[in-house]
Amino acid sequence: MSLQQSAAGSGLVHVTDLCAEKANVNISERDKHWGELMDQSLEGDGDSYQRLLVLLTVAVRNAVRGRVRLAGLEAEDVVQEVLLALHLKRGTWVRGTPVGPWVAAIARNKIVDALRRRGRREEVPIDSVLETLGFDESRYQDQAHDLERALARLPPRQRLVIHAVSLEGHTAQEAATRLRMSEGAVRVALHRSLKVLAATFGTVLNEH
Amino acid sequence: MNTENFIQTLVADGLQPVIPIGRKLLKALGAASVLAMLSLLIRHPRPDLIHAFSTAPFIFKLVLLLSVSAAATVLLVNTARPVAVGRVHWPLLMSLLLLAAGVMVELATVPAQDWRAHLLGHNPVHCLMCILLFSLAPLGCLLLALRYGAPNRPALAGAAAGLTAGAVAATVYALTCPEDSPLFIATWYSAAIAVIVLASAGAGRRFLRW
Repeated sequence: MSLQQSAAGSGLVHVTDLCAEKANVNISERDKHWGELMDQSLEGDGDSYQRLLVLLTVAVRNAVRGRVRLAGLEAEDVVQEVLLALHLKRGTWVRGTPVGPWVAAIARNKIVDALRRRGRREEVPIDSVLETLGFDESRYQDQAHDLERALARLPPRQRLVIHAVSLEGHTAQEAATRLRMSEGAVRVALHRSLKVLAATFGTVLNEH
Repeated sequence: MNTENFIQTLVADGLQPVIPIGRKLLKALGAASVLAMLSLLIRHPRPDLIHAFSTAPFIFKLVLLLSVSAAATVLLVNTARPVAVGRVHWPLLMSLLLLAAGVMVELATVPAQDWRAHLLGHNPVHCLMCILLFSLAPLGCLLLALRYGAPNRPALAGAAAGLTAGAVAATVYALTCPEDSPLFIATWYSAAIAVIVLASAGAGRRFLRW
């Protein structure tokens, strides 16, 4: 279920043509399902949103993997960055249009960003590059680090809120009781932290 | 943090209905129009405004500027999204054709020795500055709303916001401006709007990245 079928090598064109009809049916069914979930999610339906994000994660992971591994990036970092962008920008999807191309456009944007950052990192001292030569990548497979680093930069209060809803799985309401904040304050803190995280992904992570 | 936990976080933040970017931008456009109208407090409508509504050149000017505003809005809403929906350039093209047609008619009907007077009007620089001034608050309004968008090309989205703000400002300014010559409008109004578009494209490149 590749998001960008055009990525198939030119030598395989006739094969893709043969599959095109079948693939189109699958893609349109998939888009219909995603579209329904998206509709409900935009109304604030948490269950639909949860299901949608799980499905999108699988699709995005497939699109991200081959592309960023070659550049030595951790795929899961980029997957999370894409998910965050999809979340914050879900208002830019137009009802009734296919979800796939919209997801692909946002994912491509973030993959390009990530590769570009990598390019900048590449310019730093040759010694650090030497150290990573022959680095055993398998140990770090599918470990996400960028988010932790970005979280570490949040003000303590916002970090507590994120911690409560993510790791401890509380709802905003439960988190509010636990942290002795109003539910509104928790919601605001949560939303603000996510925006800050999205911005941090793009900047401080070069510093490593 | 693993991705499952991260999804929990996103779901927890996603329990309120979301306002689509299109509606956000239209609201901002409403606010921008009101702000542009407020400019009429510092520069009053032309005294012959009621009479002007029965003259062809004035009506042409208003229709032209309203059509540019509408075309710019279509462009703005589309550049704010990562995937464009529908054909977005032809309304703007139609407005430009309308402007060209107006200029042609004027050149055909006005004797050549009067062209210069029509082109320069009474105070073109004042007109240019007024449109720039009128457009500042509306532009700020639109750029703020655009921050909720996900433009593929931030500079282009900025330019579209500049075009919309410039066109709305020019429409309001047109109520105060005694010049109705299409030649004058094609030159000075366009120049003012071009400055806004360029500045706003620069702002977009800086502030609309996401």
